Amino acid sequence: MSAVATDARAVGAPAPAPVNPPRKRWTRLILPVYTWLMILYLASPVFVMILYGFNNIPGERNVPKWFGFTLHWWRDLFGVPGMVSALKTSLVVAPVSAVFAVIIGTLLGLALGRYRFRGKPPVNFVIFLAIAVPEIVLGSSLLSMFILLKWIPIGIVTILLSHIGFSIPFVAVTVRARVQGLDRSLEDAAQDLFANPLTAFFKVTLPLIAPAILAGFLLAFVLSLDDFVITNFVSGTTLTFPIWVYGATRIGLPPQVNVMGTLLFLTGVLAAVVNVLVQRRRARV
Amino acid sequence: MATEGADAGATPVVPPKRGKSYGDRKRLVPYWLMLPGGGYLLVFLILPLGLLTFTSLESGGAFSGNFRFTWEFANYTQQIVQYQAQLVRSVEYSIIVTVAALLLAYPMTYWIAFYGGRWKSSILLLILVPFFVSFVLRTIQWKFLLGDNGLIFGPLKSIGLLSEHFHVLATPFAVIAGMTYSYLPFTALPLYVALERIDKRLVEAAKDLYSSRWEAFRHIVLPLSLPGVFAAFLLTFVPATGDYVNASVLGGPGTTMIGNIIQQKFLSELNYPEAAALSVILMFAMLILASIYARILGTEDSALAAGVAG
Repeated sequence: MSAVATDARAVGAPAPAPVNPPRKRWTRLILPVYTWLMILYLASPVFVMILYGFNNIPGERNVPKWFGFTLHWWRDLFGVPGMVSALKTSLVVAPVSAVFAVIIGTLLGLALGRYRFRGKPPVNFVIFLAIAVPEIVLGSSLLSMFILLKWIPIGIVTILLSHIGFSIPFVAVTVRARVQGLDRSLEDAAQDLFANPLTAFFKVTLPLIAPAILAGFLLAFVLSLDDFVITNFVSGTTLTFPIWVYGATRIGLPPQVNVMGTLLFLTGVLAAVVNVLVQRRRARV
Repeated sequence: MATEGADAGATPVVPPKRGKSYGDRKRLVPYWLMLPGGGYLLVFLILPLGLLTFTSLESGGAFSGNFRFTWEFANYTQQIVQYQAQLVRSVEYSIIVTVAALLLAYPMTYWIAFYGGRWKSSILLLILVPFFVSFVLRTIQWKFLLGDNGLIFGPLKSIGLLSEHFHVLATPFAVIAGMTYSYLPFTALPLYVALERIDKRLVEAAKDLYSSRWEAFRHIVLPLSLPGVFAAFLLTFVPATGDYVNASVLGGPGTTMIGNIIQQKFLSELNYPEAAALSVILMFAMLILASIYARILGTEDSALAAGVAG
């Protein structure tokens, strides 16, 4: 059934016009209004987070009561040593694990996307499994292994090994989708023009799948930065940012956490906007 | 380069035809590409799952820390009996969460996919943007929103619209609402992908044949979006069952889920065999679900891929 849709697109049909000619009935407003309310609902915790970074509380720990506006916590952003060191750990783990995951995952995605070979269905199933198994099962199974093996010290090494592991399937899936959508004849054409397979790969295939590799890297980076459940199992006494935040909730969060969250959020938004703009420009060219 | 010479020797100089005349060397290419990833997943996914099962059959003193492998199947029966309430609760909550998330997300993604026009991806981005904030931090914000003296109920209480004893935190509602919020993107993305790739001309055709808007939806859009619904179900239900962050941040003693027990036994009580047994139960339940899904839709469905990529 999806073949119908793909065919239509392959022929290069223009984007279909809105299904219904606009009619002036109030029922037509239900869905758009609902959608915008949902967007508001989805964003509400972010508003709260940003707002409470300005809460002029008397102590050091945030409470739901609003005391008035202050910029104190923004000025004193690095005033909580535990948070700063946890954030540093996260900012080391995320890029390192993303680099490894993107290299290994891209190769895997290439293999799965463009070749037919024996052993492909089981590998596809393993990737599917990695995504379908609950994080808590993955986390507890990794901890079981590290406990039984004993010789890997539980800490930053086990965090890295685990983060690379859970990111690889996501990178592979992203790259696989892109490779499957590629026109194989481009690479054949390069080889017809006497490019050897490696040159054809680096000059033709790699630039074409570069967006997927970048997307895979960002995905792996964000997954690592955000991961709580698996990390909580394999981190031992090492603290990453989410783990530190979770631990701090018991006694109350310092407002600097909200400020840091706001900054990370703005970075993410900026990256997304830049990405959209770049894609727009590329589509226009 | 070296490959050039080797290839020239193995294959005729005629440009290679597509899919044919691949030499032995080329036949090995996918295996080489697959080796690092496959090997990594074997060691850090399959092996741990095996060792988790191994751990779950150990026995020994929880305090001495000396566990021995004894085919201790009693771990399973004992845990199921002891934590029946939490197991049932996890399934109950997850079903409610999945259904709620599907009902909330479907109309929204339907509108974006069918009427979003050129703003489609921008609106979708608006939906996903809040999820740049880390999961733990987002969940905590609900505590501030739903807290007894928080942003919503604080003012209502001070003007006397709500009684002083009214509270939402620590109730099943708070946990279910928090989980629904947490997993909504996992529901929305596969739904959106499935809805978006429906050929809109099919709906027009139905209308040309005198079907009403509702009939067109019921007989064309809904059936064609079912793969997305299945993917959304899998991607929402599975993480929801294992969730323990929502229950521990927003819940109370009466809302403990199986994830909380596993976490506590593994990390606080250091009773690995019992924790592993519970984890294995969860794993098998999910494996059965995932296999059913893979049977019906395969493991390469793009709705699922898009869902996870989000």
